[in-house]
Amino acid sequence: MTLNMGPQHPSTHGVLRLVLELDGETVVSCKPILGYLHTGIEKEMETKLYYKSLPMTDRMDYMSPMSNNLGFCLAVEKLLGIEEEIPARAKWVRVLMAEMTRINSHLVWLGTHALDLGAMSMFFYTFRDRELILDMYEMLSGQRMMATYFRIGGLMLDVPKGFDKAVRKFIKYQPGRIDEFEDLLNNNRIWQMRTMGVAKISAEDAINCGLTGPSLRGSGVKYDVRKAFPYSDYDKFDFQVPIGKSGDVYSRYLVRMFEMRESLKIAEQAIDGLPEGSHIAHVPGVVLPPREDMLGKMESLIYHFKIITDGFKVPRGSVYVPVESGKGEMGFFIDSDGTNIPNRVRVRPPSFVNLSALAKLVKGRLLADVVAAIGSIDIVLGEVDR
Amino acid sequence: MGLEEKIPDGIALTTLDAMVNWARKRSVWPLGFGLACCAIEMMSTIASRFDMARFGMEVMRSSPRQADLMIVAGRVSNKMVPVLRRLYDQMPNPKWVISMGACASCGGIFNNYAIKQGVDRVVPVDIYVPGCPPRPEQLIDGILMLYKKIEKESVKRPLITQPNAQTQDERPGEVSGQPHRNPSGELNK
Amino acid sequence: MNLSIDASFMEQSITDFLNNKFPGKVLGDYTYRGQFSLYVTADALYEIALALKEEAALSFDFLVDICSVDHLGKAWESEGRYEIVYTLLSLEHTYRFMLRVKIADHTVAPQSLCDIWHSANWLEREVWDMMGIEFKKHPNLTKIVTDDDLEGHPLRKDFGLVYEEPQFSHNHDEVLITPDNPNH
Ligand code: SF4
Repeated sequence: MTLNMGPQHPSTHGVLRLVLELDGETVVSCKPILGYLHTGIEKEMETKLYYKSLPMTDRMDYMSPMSNNLGFCLAVEKLLGIEEEIPARAKWVRVLMAEMTRINSHLVWLGTHALDLGAMSMFFYTFRDRELILDMYEMLSGQRMMATYFRIGGLMLDVPKGFDKAVRKFIKYQPGRIDEFEDLLNNNRIWQMRTMGVAKISAEDAINCGLTGPSLRGSGVKYDVRKAFPYSDYDKFDFQVPIGKSGDVYSRYLVRMFEMRESLKIAEQAIDGLPEGSHIAHVPGVVLPPREDMLGKMESLIYHFKIITDGFKVPRGSVYVPVESGKGEMGFFIDSDGTNIPNRVRVRPPSFVNLSALAKLVKGRLLADVVAAIGSIDIVLGEVDR
Repeated sequence: MGLEEKIPDGIALTTLDAMVNWARKRSVWPLGFGLACCAIEMMSTIASRFDMARFGMEVMRSSPRQADLMIVAGRVSNKMVPVLRRLYDQMPNPKWVISMGACASCGGIFNNYAIKQGVDRVVPVDIYVPGCPPRPEQLIDGILMLYKKIEKESVKRPLITQPNAQTQDERPGEVSGQPHRNPSGELNK
Repeated sequence: MNLSIDASFMEQSITDFLNNKFPGKVLGDYTYRGQFSLYVTADALYEIALALKEEAALSFDFLVDICSVDHLGKAWESEGRYEIVYTLLSLEHTYRFMLRVKIADHTVAPQSLCDIWHSANWLEREVWDMMGIEFKKHPNLTKIVTDDDLEGHPLRKDFGLVYEEPQFSHNHDEVLITPDNPNH
């Protein structure tokens, strides 16, 4: 029997469509059909100045907007060769917010995944906590979700007054909440039956399928971009990378829960040791001059005008810069032809690659496990289709 | 004076319209139809802090046949257009559409080969909620505006004429340029 | 990246290994901002990738990404219009580098890497869908993200953005939204 699931289906996390070949309740083959959210972001970026592409990166993986911003900013900074100029304060705030974004992404994942598997109250609990992170976003930038707070060269603004208090409060409050979630789920028989041993993937298969992020680490492969290729001062933080044992839905769940705790640890270190200094690099011609300078100094005004209207020229060359977003390795490949508009921006989409393993995960399993499998690889259609 | 004095206790008089609209307004069931980033804000609206249950809307129906309100939350790609239209056609009358976010209303920051420049070219829209993404408060405001609109409708003469599904497909300037497909990709006609 | 000695050692061993095993197939190297890549010929790509994966000393077991660039209209277009970039990662050595192929035309593409890495399947399909590069021996080179009705490959430089002029009151008459306006 052929069963069509989606594109409008509550448990496909957006507009994924699956064509399932069934034998009774057993899945014989699974064919994902994508593209219902294809936005042409990569093409659109080829027509825009570098800094104008930045808001579009938020809208790709909309669960973790700041991680995407970070990847794009790092890639452009690398192309320009100004990584050394980024002040420590900017780097640490970036790390802090990237970790908050990871928690945000995992909370949404936990809520929706548990909702799919029948634990409705999780959805309300996690969304309540998520609001606190969104409040932080709002403090920083005025926007709740699409903050575009990171800029090429640093941050949009320095952190506002009272921000550290909000972060500290969250860091103190959240571990108890995560314990509570685990209390609710870990020993819950229904949860265990729906996740343990479901959608298993071995370490070799996971590597072969190109899985990254928690989905890879759930199978016991210790690969995390933050550790392997530290960016943005991640090597100065002390944290662990959890790995799972069995590679099933349950171990991926455990990995994500552990990661949230580690993220909180990183965030605590970041807010405690937040260096003083400027929040944005001083690179004339690339980074907008401070507002006060602009009102008084002629050169600053000219630079401001030039950057806004003309952007900045980037030397010819291409780089690939990955960051670890909530979903996995989010890479930005930018090819510059020496003008102020990129020749090609390619996003290495973690969800897209993870999703390509879905057919392998669900083959021979029951239909109900498909929902668990989709949830466990944590896809965001905005980034799968771009 | 008047009729009220003559009728026995426990009976109130009203117009049929007011009665029906009151009932309709208090139980608008939205279709759980998230497309992109705005859908996450729509979920926040349902979830704890903003709690859409206050307006009798907590049940997100996943089947269009049980839904009255379609919240188009997110960008509509050309590939999604036939699906969206089909979902709309499957919803029973009376039905309303809220276009949530800049993308659904006008294409937003995306203006290219893949994105439909406004969902109003596909389905008739009642309320536009601007923002990228709109805050949950904005969406709630949009919903309250929709309530006001529902109050003014009449059972006999709906404010928005909603032709049946067959004729709507041929309305000029909407989907007529697009071959109409069913979800499995075959042409409908 | 964290150990620069390691990185240059790896660069050297990759280059030596490939030059020994596939003489004449490595066209040159390219390092930009500390990122190392090698240009190889399209016909040998499959064998090179397989060898890199299976050679125990290198063990590039992870295909990170496949991406394509269109150089149409650039001064360096004559070197090959399309460039395909394969990013490989060795988990054991924590080392990443790029294999690059330049091809003049979309039909002279390298062989598909699907048998080596499962992840190559979708990545190549996407490259085909967006850029129209026809990988040889790919099991299922069909549309993956774009609309079924869309003709052409959007990321090519000769494919326009299909920008739609917004209609305001001041240009109301110029921008008419009608079914026969090709833009709409
Ligand atoms: S309006 Fe903004 S937030 Fe909403 S779907 Fe469009 S890009 Fe996403």
